[in-house]
Amino acid sequence: MLKYILLRGLLAIAVAFTVSLAAFFLLNAATDPAQAIAGEDATQEVVETIRARYGLDQPLPVRYAQWLGGVLRGDFGESYYWHKPVAELVAERAGTTITLALSALFVTILIAIPLGAFAALNPNSWIDRVALGVAVSAQAVPNFWLGLIMIILFGVMMPIFPVSGDDTWRHFVLPAFVLGASSVPAVMRLTRTGLIEVMGADYIRTARSKGFRSGALLRRHALRNALLPVISVLAVQLGQKFGGSVITESIFAINGLGRLALESILGADIPTVQMLIFVFAIVFVAMNLVADILNAALDPRIRIG
Amino acid sequence: MTQVESFTVAVPEEAAPLTPRQLMRRRALGHTGFLIGAGLIIALALIALFAPLIAPHDPFVQSLSSRMLPPVWDDGGTWEHILGTDQNGRDYLSRLIYGARVSISIGLGAATIGMLIGVTLGVIAGYFGGWVDHGVSFLLTAQLALPGLLLAMALVFIIGPSIWVVICIIGVLHWTYYLVVTRSATQRIRNLDFVAAAAASGATPRQIIWHEIVPNLISQIIVIFTFELGIAILAEASLSFLGVGIQPPTPSWGLMIAEGKEAMFYRPWLVVLPGLCLFTLVIGANLMGDGLRDITAPEGRN
Amino acid sequence: MSKLLEINNLSVTLPLPGGQLHAVRDVSITLNRGEALGIVGESGSGKSMSALALMRLLPQRALQTGKMLFDGTDLTGLSDAQYAQQFLGHRIAMIFQEPMTSLNPVYTIGRQLTEAAVQFGSYTPTAARARALALLDRVGIPDPKARMAQYPHQLSGGQRQRVMIAMALMLEPELLIADEPTTALDVTVQAQILDLLADLRREMGMAMILITHDLAVVAEQTDRVAVMYGGEMIEEGTAKSVMAAPAHPYTQALLTAIPRMDGPPRRLGAIPGTVPSLMTPPKGCVFAPRCGFVRPDCLEARPPQLGDADHQRRCVLSDADRPTSAPAAPIRTDHAEVSGGEAVIAARDITQVFTSRKGMFGPKHEIRAVDGVSLTLKRGETLALVGESGSGKSTLARIMLGLSLPTSGTVEMLGRPVADLAPLERAALVQPIFQDPYSSLNPRRTLAEIIARPLTLRGEDDPEACAAKTRDAMEMVRLPARMLHSYPSQISGGQRQRVAIARALVTRPQALVCDEPTSALDVSVQAQILNLLDELQTELGLSCLVITHDMAVVHQVADRVAVMLNGKLVEEGGCDSVLRNPSSDYTARLLAAAPQFRPDEMTAPPAQEATA
Repeated sequence: MLKYILLRGLLAIAVAFTVSLAAFFLLNAATDPAQAIAGEDATQEVVETIRARYGLDQPLPVRYAQWLGGVLRGDFGESYYWHKPVAELVAERAGTTITLALSALFVTILIAIPLGAFAALNPNSWIDRVALGVAVSAQAVPNFWLGLIMIILFGVMMPIFPVSGDDTWRHFVLPAFVLGASSVPAVMRLTRTGLIEVMGADYIRTARSKGFRSGALLRRHALRNALLPVISVLAVQLGQKFGGSVITESIFAINGLGRLALESILGADIPTVQMLIFVFAIVFVAMNLVADILNAALDPRIRIG
Repeated sequence: MTQVESFTVAVPEEAAPLTPRQLMRRRALGHTGFLIGAGLIIALALIALFAPLIAPHDPFVQSLSSRMLPPVWDDGGTWEHILGTDQNGRDYLSRLIYGARVSISIGLGAATIGMLIGVTLGVIAGYFGGWVDHGVSFLLTAQLALPGLLLAMALVFIIGPSIWVVICIIGVLHWTYYLVVTRSATQRIRNLDFVAAAAASGATPRQIIWHEIVPNLISQIIVIFTFELGIAILAEASLSFLGVGIQPPTPSWGLMIAEGKEAMFYRPWLVVLPGLCLFTLVIGANLMGDGLRDITAPEGRN
Repeated sequence: MSKLLEINNLSVTLPLPGGQLHAVRDVSITLNRGEALGIVGESGSGKSMSALALMRLLPQRALQTGKMLFDGTDLTGLSDAQYAQQFLGHRIAMIFQEPMTSLNPVYTIGRQLTEAAVQFGSYTPTAARARALALLDRVGIPDPKARMAQYPHQLSGGQRQRVMIAMALMLEPELLIADEPTTALDVTVQAQILDLLADLRREMGMAMILITHDLAVVAEQTDRVAVMYGGEMIEEGTAKSVMAAPAHPYTQALLTAIPRMDGPPRRLGAIPGTVPSLMTPPKGCVFAPRCGFVRPDCLEARPPQLGDADHQRRCVLSDADRPTSAPAAPIRTDHAEVSGGEAVIAARDITQVFTSRKGMFGPKHEIRAVDGVSLTLKRGETLALVGESGSGKSTLARIMLGLSLPTSGTVEMLGRPVADLAPLERAALVQPIFQDPYSSLNPRRTLAEIIARPLTLRGEDDPEACAAKTRDAMEMVRLPARMLHSYPSQISGGQRQRVAIARALVTRPQALVCDEPTSALDVSVQAQILNLLDELQTELGLSCLVITHDMAVVHQVADRVAVMLNGKLVEEGGCDSVLRNPSSDYTARLLAAAPQFRPDEMTAPPAQEATA
């Protein structure tokens, strides 16, 4: 069990560094960062100065090695745009985004799991149709548009929740709903198909033949099996919420990592973008690791080989 | 939760008198969701194709005297501009019609690129297994861990936005779904006896892949393509909305929402209308995908 | 004896997209206390559906009519909850076919054994645990204490089925329903489980309904037998009289279709045609379209129930009307051992080691699937390779086909090492037939494309020559050429297996390797395929390697036998000498375990017994 976790952990770290490597080369090879920092109109001289100053005159592998060395020492470089350590920038804003991501996940769970479960237990009923309708619509709604519609509705027509800023919990209600809604289809569909599959399994037939019915059948025999895949998908979704915060934060003027990402892209601030990609990848693999461990804890087939 | 349905009984096999194709056609014509979805997609594709014939105005012509006209049903709306005009006085209906071209062509292009990458990797990993499979799995995990939108934004911004750049970048970042499905399907099929029979008849791996495996993947690939079409369209709209996708003055629905955002409190249709267009197109794709999945599902064998 | 269960006029219909499926039609069953009833039938006969209707495990959409009485209580009047509370587990219990999936993978054996007893049976947890331990011990699970804390995946299939039996017996039911309880298990395990069930039934005075497709099992294990066909019960009576003197033409035909181990192998009786569609039930007799004795009145109305309480059938024929068919002529007087024949495929010192690991970094496991086996297939002979699951017989078959190279050892085909043969040369020498007719044909291709594919691969371009050869192959396997444009999903399992044989023979190979060619098929279809293979072998002078677990099939087809256990060859020799005088213990065990069908040896019907 411990060995299993360690191996999964090593794999996760390998993935995170592969991602950083890919992002580094894509971001640096596709263009000339010095030119991007200097701006299109800058003279060749200015560009060269910038190149020398940020060490951009060195070959890519060397720069990646330098970056990697820095990361291992906890130094993520300095932002071209804000002129302060990237790590500091990220640390300042991480809390806000974590709050947003967790509340969004809460919204997803609150909507998707009960809806999926009821739909699975009553196939082809009205609730199944409603659930399917919700899934199909939520999948087709552009997330940023949903945000704007919420702002129009709540900002102007019924001002219950604030539509901009991140000062109180009330500020997080609408963004969490918008960000959470994007995960509802995937989680709901998986809950539904997973539970339908479990309810059709041979061991449920066995339990029914022993006299278990409805509630007890679900509680004692179906729930744990059906939840196993849902845990994994929730972890994936939570990981993706961080990346998805870019849109939500920019619409609702929340000062978190997503907005930092947008600003640093528009400011050609490659060290910051680089670090954010790395951080988001780490969050993603860490969430998956947590899901793997939870699954192992709940599923004896993994726990006891 | 009062009722718990059981699916415990194997239904005896019925000799199907229909060929797979006939069966599919019959199922398609009986599937409301599929018919609605396919109808929406075909209608919007026709609109995009014949945009110059349908659009009442040139979508690029600005008119300072007729800026921000409301749609015909609002006070001050005219039949001249049925859906009003935007900040630069361009006819909104015409821009929406031309916007369908951008969305659909980017959707098709990106979904095709993703398909080429994902299916190739999926079939190779599924067929050869072993270390090839481990390598592809690692690539898959890495791709899933990449914050896709963020990387796409950065790349489009750095490389410079154009329709081709947007297509390629969205395509290159959206192949995982194809990979996951084709890989597991290939793993399943390659262990079926008809593949062993082909090998015993002297077929090479290449012949087996093309003649035995790929034909059995096609319906699944089409289903994913339809879903990815919707996903790619939304991705383009998001990039354009954030200013790192299609650039003005090209009419892209996402960009139109961003442009209308400034005035959304007193001219909400500027935001609502392009959003509804996006919603319609993507829901069409999703309904069609869901429908295709039901239609092409293998028959219940026992 | 008092009546325990009475089912009257049970019908089950399932609404399907294409119409109503009449799964069970007008079935009546009576069962006395302590009695064992066997329900036999081929797939789709409705045998499981009847039991599931009693257990109330039918799909929710299913419509069920008829009356059910259990020990005098009318079950039809009870709500689902009342029924579950009063009967399920306490008085009626059931075990299922699939022991691998019938236990919940995430809970311990102990919890699954005791939960119903505690929940519904007013056992205290301690008492339930004690009873579970005693039962596990009784069903032959070693070290029950440790097992209670284990999970299903840690047990073998046979052990899981034993756990299922213990679980069903927790509350001492009066009736145990066993739905194909041994079909998924190996022969030797199957025999143990059946014996265990028989012993437990006697000890506990339980009544039992044993549902199976295997007539030999029924003949050995039950007092009464009901034969089902097309959703109807067409014959019912004491096991002795039904087996020794079948009265319905279907039962008669079915009994001649079973390969028997007594006497020389004879041509099997095969029932022409296929199982009827249950979507449109016929007006008259359900078997009429395939019956050899069909008369006009068979098609007009449902045949009457003839006979007495000990033995009745639904058939218009009186005993006098029905000609008794003479046993078919032996296909060979004896298994002639082919001596000194040329070796078509010769495998020498084959060892195949599989290494597997869990995940990417898990510890390596080495499995010696085949361990130093030498085996030769000679020209014109049929060699049967026998073994249970995991014996390595299928791995060896793949190697002898040349589809995979062994870890060590050599395979020669007609004297040439297989490694030196081009894939197409190898294909011209040997072709496979597989077990599962559903996975052996590509569902996206028409039958014509499937059969012609080996020709295309060989580079035969002339479309007309290809078409002619394809038609010849179809004729060879007795399929009509009009089916060539069908897809596999449109034809039956037996027909698919014929297509697979046509594909194997279209290039006229020297040898066939048949891996369990009939074990996925119903008895009557198995008879058709075994007869076909026998005829083709004589016609074409084929050499056949037949892999099987079924001793009766071995006796039916083989000239020589090789027996495998745990990757090693434990015995090899002429068919008759091995089957009569096995030299290894394992072969003897396999032979003893195989359910044997010998209706002649069953004590004659009661009437004669009285005169004796």
